[in-house]
Formats: sequence, C-alpha cells, structure tokens
Amino acid sequence: MTTAKVWFTSIAASVVVAMLFVASPRVTANEQPSAAAEVKIDNFSFGPQTITVPVGATVTWTNHDDIPHTIVSTDGVFKSKVRDTDEKFSYTFTKAGTYSYFCSVHPKMTGTVVVQ
Amino acid sequence: MPDKKQDLIDEKLQDLNNDGVDRRGFLKCMAWAGTGLVWSMSGGIPVSRAFAKGMEKGAHKGADFTFVQISDSHIGFNKPANPDVTATLQTAINKINAMPHTPDFIIHTGDLSQLSKPSEFDTLDQALKGASAKQIYFVPGEHDMLSDNGEQFLQRYGKGTKGTGWYSFDHKGVHFVGLVNVANLKAGGMGSLGHEQLEWLEDDLEGRSASTPIVLFAHIPLWTIYPDWGWGTDDSEQALSYVKRFGSVTVLNGHIHQIMQKVEGKVSFHTAMSTAFPQPAPGTAPSAGPMKVPADQLQRVLGITDVNYLVSGRSLAVVDSPLADSGSSASLSESTLRRG
Repeated sequence: MTTAKVWFTSIAASVVVAMLFVASPRVTANEQPSAAAEVKIDNFSFGPQTITVPVGATVTWTNHDDIPHTIVSTDGVFKSKVRDTDEKFSYTFTKAGTYSYFCSVHPKMTGTVVVQ
Repeated sequence: MPDKKQDLIDEKLQDLNNDGVDRRGFLKCMAWAGTGLVWSMSGGIPVSRAFAKGMEKGAHKGADFTFVQISDSHIGFNKPANPDVTATLQTAINKINAMPHTPDFIIHTGDLSQLSKPSEFDTLDQALKGASAKQIYFVPGEHDMLSDNGEQFLQRYGKGTKGTGWYSFDHKGVHFVGLVNVANLKAGGMGSLGHEQLEWLEDDLEGRSASTPIVLFAHIPLWTIYPDWGWGTDDSEQALSYVKRFGSVTVLNGHIHQIMQKVEGKVSFHTAMSTAFPQPAPGTAPSAGPMKVPADQLQRVLGITDVNYLVSGRSLAVVDSPLADSGSSASLSESTLRRG
C-alpha cells in the first residue's frame, strides 16, 4: 500500500474503533440513575413522561407552557402549588417505588417517577 | 337590502316549517348567517329569524327575553397571545352595553381568573360593575380552583350554591342549571360532575314539565369534543339522560375558547369564544393552550354569545358575535355544526 493509503486506512480504522467504543452497550441516559433529575412541562405534557432516579434523588419540574400546571401525586405523596410559566417544583424521593402523578388542572397530563 | 334579505329569509322559513328540515335546507339558511342572524332550536327543528326582530326593548314584556354568555376571561393572563385580557374583557362588556336590548342577566361559564388570585377576581368584579346587566351568574373553570380547591371562588360567587358550586334557578319559565365539572379531577380523565352533583341534578329536574325549556351551563363541554385534550366530561352521559325527556335543552359551555356546536335530538350544545385568547382547533396543534394570532385578528376570535328566548317556539336562539364586527359572522359560518 502507498503511504497515503496506509495513513488513511489507519485513520479509518481508528475511527471505526472509536465508534465501536462509543456505540458499545452501556447504560443509556434514560436508564442511568442520577441524583438530580429534570422534567420539562411543555405543550401540556411531562417530558420525559417516565423518569427513573435513585433513592434520595431530587426531581425538579419546570413549566415551559404559557398556562399554569400542577404536579400532584395520585397517592397523595406530593402536591405542588400551581406553577406558572418558568416556575419550578422539586421533590426529593426518599423511598423506592413507582410514583404516578398528574396535573390536577389538566388531568390528561400524566407522568411517572420510578425510584430504585 | 336588509328588507329584501329578511323577506327571503321569511320565505325560506315557511318552507322549512312546512316541509320539515333537511340538512341542505338548513345549511342554505346558514349561508345567510351574519352577525345579525339568529338561529334557534325548537324541539330539534332549526328556525332562523333576523336578529332583533321583535326584540325591541320592552316589546314582549315578561315573555321573550335575552341573556348573554361570556366565558374564559382569564384575568391575570399576560402572555403573547393577549398581553391585556382586562382590555378585551372591557371590549366585551362595552359590546353588551351597546346592545339594543339590555340582557336580563349575564352567565360567565368559568375561568374567570388565570391563577385564582384575589386581585384577579377583584379586577373582574370591577369590570363587570360597568355592565348594563346587573345580575351575573357564575360557574368556575379549572383556573378558578387553583387555590384550596375553589374555596375562594365559593366565597365570592357561591352564595346559595351546593357542593363545589352547583345550583339552579328559574327565569320567566326557563329552568337554568349551573354545573361544576372542574373539581376533583382524576388523573387521566376529563371533566367530571361526580356522584353527588348527579344525584342533585336528577332530583332538581324531577317533576318538572317536559315543556319547560332547560339550560345547562358548565365550564368544560358536556359532550366529547376531543378527549386527547381533555375536552369533554367523563360522566356527562348520565346528566344528559336526565334531560332527555324535555322538549328543549340548551347546553352552554366554555373552556375551549372557540365556538363548537352540536345538535342531538332536542339538545343543542354550544361552546363560547373566550374574551381573553383563542385556542387551536382540535388536533391542529401539539396541544391546547393560548394561540397567538396577528394583533389585528385578535378581536375577531374573541367574543360574546347572545341568547334569545323566544316564547313563540319555547326555543332559545344563540348568536355569537366576535368583539370586532367584520361585517360577516366569523362565528356562525366557521362553527362546527354536527347533527347527532
């Protein structure tokens, strides 16, 4: 092979190897538990709709809609005051479990926090 | 020109009354619709009349009467869709005051405030003090329940009401029922009346003559318009079963900030425009919520609803007018009219 070809081939090989590293199976962002998590409220929906956090994590909801919303647990575990545009609500989950919640003003908006 | 139009309308009227109604005939009538045309339901048969005909002040004392529905004033809202909702509310009030006949009363079908703040309710009350009609009936919207489950709303507007604020009253032979379907909402659901209110409603209607015209009013639509956006009431079927036997039922709602209409047998459903901001038509946007329109269009998509009770047909005629009169009615011609 010519020098150029050798050079090119090794670069290509490096890129391929690098890509393999990046693409190798790891815990994805969705599944990776983190101590602080964010939920965005946009277009009358919670995003991500299901979020997984470790015990002791704090989840913060931020309202990006032009309309106020609330974050209310269906089991009475937590309940925010009404949150207008750009306002936030945080809750620290000290016990493992699955927590369903919804917006009490627009009850079609639902979400889940999985704490494990 | 108006007289010629009126003659033609009357001519069409005769046909409709003699031959019964077919859909084409009705739609032809709708094509004449302007802000001056009244359409009314009488035992399920649509009848059109020119607006203000026979509606002169005091012309039919104690018989025909009118009232106005306004909705969704959202006092406190200040985002791009409308930075000054108090001003547009005032425009709506001015429009009411400019009517040739003073309405007997006003019904506000909820979302008086944006955030249930005392200052917001105060501002609304102040503005309504200037309305020609002094009697105002309210039902809450979900925005009025944001602080302690509507306690404040009840204190201000709930005198004589039951439960979360429901009540009924009679006016010149018509029975009015104010319902609350924005309390105790369940996750994943739409509007909800609840067992207690439904029981009360059944009792309230019992024994009334079937010829009594009934008007039900509530914030969230009492028929299913678009479930994905929560535009409906989970247990409204039961409520509607109680009014089935009556000869004329009119359902007035708000919440969706646009006009939608449906006729099902002897029940006609109608949602009003907001005085604050419009919302998108079902499914035409990622979600419900305030919809920004060009500034010069805003007053065309906000409006009030004038309701005329015509004793001759024991019928209620519903006329929507946008805040800005554009010469042709944006409301009636664009409204969605479905026959069940």
